[in-house]
Amino acid sequence: MSDALRRHGVWIGFALLLAVLPRVFTSGTSLTMMSLMGIMMVFALSYNMLLGQTGMLSFGHAVYYGLAGFIAIHAMRTFVADKLPIPLPLVPIVGGLAGLAFGVVFGSVSTRRAGTAFAMISLGLAELVAASSLVLRSFFGGEEGITADRSKLFRVFDLSFGPQVQVYYLIAVWTFVCVLAMYAITRTPFGRMCNAVRENPERAEFVGYSTQTVRWISFSLAGLFAGVAGALAAISFEIMNALSVSAGQSGVVLLMTYIGGVGHFMGPIIGAVLITALQISLSDITGAWMLYFGLMFILVVMFVPGGIAGWIMLHEPVVKAGLTGLLAVPYLTVAVPMAASALGLVGLVELSHHMLVKAATEGGKFRLFGVAVDGSSLVPWLVMVAIAAAGFLVARALWPRVTHAWGQVHDELKRRGLR
Amino acid sequence: MTELILFSTLNGVLYGMLLFMMASGLTLIFSMMGVLNFAHASFYMLGAYFGFEISRHIGFWPGLIVAPLLVGVVGALVERFALRRVHVYGHVAELLFTFGLAFVLEELVQMFWGKLPVDYRVPQALDFVAFTMFGTTYPAYKLFMLAIAIAMFVVLFAILTRTRVGLIIQASLTHPNMVAMLGHDVPKVFMLVFGAGSLLAGLAGVIAGPALVTQPSMAALLGPILFVVVVVGGLGSLSGAFVASLLIGLIQTFAVAMNVSLSEVFAFLGVSPAAGTLLGDLWRVTVAQVAPVIPYLLLVLILIFRPTGLLGTRDT
Repeated sequence: MSDALRRHGVWIGFALLLAVLPRVFTSGTSLTMMSLMGIMMVFALSYNMLLGQTGMLSFGHAVYYGLAGFIAIHAMRTFVADKLPIPLPLVPIVGGLAGLAFGVVFGSVSTRRAGTAFAMISLGLAELVAASSLVLRSFFGGEEGITADRSKLFRVFDLSFGPQVQVYYLIAVWTFVCVLAMYAITRTPFGRMCNAVRENPERAEFVGYSTQTVRWISFSLAGLFAGVAGALAAISFEIMNALSVSAGQSGVVLLMTYIGGVGHFMGPIIGAVLITALQISLSDITGAWMLYFGLMFILVVMFVPGGIAGWIMLHEPVVKAGLTGLLAVPYLTVAVPMAASALGLVGLVELSHHMLVKAATEGGKFRLFGVAVDGSSLVPWLVMVAIAAAGFLVARALWPRVTHAWGQVHDELKRRGLR
Repeated sequence: MTELILFSTLNGVLYGMLLFMMASGLTLIFSMMGVLNFAHASFYMLGAYFGFEISRHIGFWPGLIVAPLLVGVVGALVERFALRRVHVYGHVAELLFTFGLAFVLEELVQMFWGKLPVDYRVPQALDFVAFTMFGTTYPAYKLFMLAIAIAMFVVLFAILTRTRVGLIIQASLTHPNMVAMLGHDVPKVFMLVFGAGSLLAGLAGVIAGPALVTQPSMAALLGPILFVVVVVGGLGSLSGAFVASLLIGLIQTFAVAMNVSLSEVFAFLGVSPAAGTLLGDLWRVTVAQVAPVIPYLLLVLILIFRPTGLLGTRDT
């Protein structure tokens, strides 16, 4: 019993968390946000089946998400119009099958090649679909998009799916199933073969596997789960427009997954939750949130290539060996000036954003971090530059302490024979 | 008909030469460094905006010189302080870095100059009609663009084939490792090539800005087309990039001028396909409407059937 609990504890905890969350955060906004997080989790994890597990960098994953979303929304309309006895919770199956079908078809073309060629083909296909979406108006609905009414579908157990909380639970159940399924896939021999194809395609061929077939299957499965995510989005928003197949949507899922970390299963989940939360909360606070998003991505690529999950996992052996104390103090001493530096930079971005975008209509005075400032005077700029520069210089001066502490940790781990 | 062919050819060649100004830099950067630079079209956008800003204060002509140089410096700095750092993590990380850079540059441009197109005007000295043929006028500015593009092509060709730097660059195209073995400072060459490529893209932006629309989405609109050009032409092949630029330029301009749809073709053959279904649009769209799709179709077909591109020798 305790063994089973230990093995499945994470999943039971995940299910409980999904079930309890709407009891804690009851407002409509947070329900919508959590629904979106679930959708993005599935989408980002499906993307990581390509980038993280099989080593295929795709610039067109939104194609499968978006096309399946459109098919799901058309299916919903048909179910309503023809009064078919198919309830809403089964619509994601339609989306999944659509995603799988597109994955199989487009995958047969694009997975013949790996590496940069694959990235280029995925980009070409994405642009192809995005350009077609503006031409084929009956299917993609042009500028307005296609809408459907989810509450008009056949009802079971008297669930209307009008209230957001019902939709949340629908999405939560599908998210749980999909996350579990995608995790299970990574544990199968096929999942291991994907890793082999990523690490050393030549050897994988010598072992007797066709790398192309492995890539194709992986690609099709990624299409399947992206399709489920697309259908969930169609259910949640009740509208699909051409933006969901656009290069922008493909870019967002790439950024999300990479910031979260491609090397670990948890990475895309962290990325999806974090970026969705930032997307919704930051877009209320600042008009420049897309810029922060892009800068964050660049910083992750430059300094933390493993993403957030990779950085956390770096500390796993340290925590297990009980050496956290060695790192904690140097980390804190560096974190403070780094935070100050970041604060200064954010202040500068906010000042520039206000002066360039809003000052013409609202004047130079606004509230920065809750303090009334006047962007047309030099003082706030100088203060922010000073904070940013001082923070940066102090952090750089203190950085050797972190390196030193890591050296100690490594020595200690080696001494204990753990590494 | 003659009118259509004449003007479409002229516009197609012009567009193609403009594409080549950017594609040449992109393919040089890719061949030497292995980086498919997503931000290349962003440098083109920066060129247009810098040119616009300078033209507002001191006029178009100084902008024509200063803006590309500024963009070149920005490019060199990006290579020196960011890309070189990412280089150790491999090509995927580099690709992702340039992807993020393109994203950030677009946001910055939106912040500085707004989301709407800016009023970047053709200089007065060139704001006249060059010639009139079949009742259609042709602006002098377009001929000026063509002249600049051709001049750039000649200079680039001369540098690559007649100078020592050109020799090293040519050698790096086919044998990058050997060049490093021979003791050339490869990182410095990388930085220079990246800067020069950005400069060319910036120049293209400055001259294209007044003729096309200077807006934040101009990079995102053109970037994918550039990839099509370098891949179709063959990665690492400058002559391939040239052929592909002209090809894509001509295809796009001619497609825009054609108003035929599939249903008309079928009607001509005596068949009328079912309309009114979900994908019924497929029959009704004209060639002009699908013009933006054609390059990508070409890209996918090339990558499947001739992965080395038209004139390339290196497999992607």
